[in-house]
Amino acid sequence: MSSLLIRFIIGGTVVSLFAVLGDVLRPKCFAGLFGAAPSIALATVGLTIAKYGRVYAATEARSMVLGSIAFLAYAWLACRMLLHRDARSPVVTTALLPVWFGVAFGLCWVCLK
Amino acid sequence: MIEVKLSSLKKTKPHEYALRFLLGGLVTAVAGLIAEHYGPVIGGLFLAFPAIFPAAATMIESHEREKKEQAGLPPGKRGRMAAGVDAGGAALGTIGLATFALILWRGLPSYPPAIVLVVACIGWGIVGMGLWWLYRRV
Repeated sequence: MSSLLIRFIIGGTVVSLFAVLGDVLRPKCFAGLFGAAPSIALATVGLTIAKYGRVYAATEARSMVLGSIAFLAYAWLACRMLLHRDARSPVVTTALLPVWFGVAFGLCWVCLK
Repeated sequence: MIEVKLSSLKKTKPHEYALRFLLGGLVTAVAGLIAEHYGPVIGGLFLAFPAIFPAAATMIESHEREKKEQAGLPPGKRGRMAAGVDAGGAALGTIGLATFALILWRGLPSYPPAIVLVVACIGWGIVGMGLWWLYRRV
């Protein structure tokens, strides 16, 4: 329970810090880079290594490469839809989340089975 | 030209800061739980989950709409376009994110974790910002 709470606090803090960086930087396209910052990984990699060791963390990182490709597909589609379709951000970004799940788990099944 | 605009911080409301903290914390904790139950292969995917992306895009759009309304102008599509441009930047950033993960994957088993983490962060920055620079040039 305490390790979950530590993860929650560190994760919330690191994610918020990157979000603040994204808020203050201009132009907006550059600030967007921080929307895909490795915030969750930075918040947890130390805890993971301490608890399970370096090889376990490296295995997680290998899957993270696939998760990043899924994020690329998700963000690219969100960008196209927001710029070229008449749909609001909350609808587009939420409706596209299954794309992340589909690509991430699909790649995981194909590459790591 | 890259600028730092600190006045943007005033536009973000306290509940928006709280929401980002909550979402970031929740996704980090859930990623840990998933890794514990299903192992590092599945858990690792969630290290690249777009945790606060929907909330961030919604905030960008609503801030732009508010700016227009305060100026007495119809909201138009500027907010949506701003969120779209931000999403384009995030798409470039994901390649930096993959570089970060790749360096951790290859480096952690053989080198000291602190050094690998620093190199991975530098890799993320160089690839993300390099791609942004290239995108601006093309």
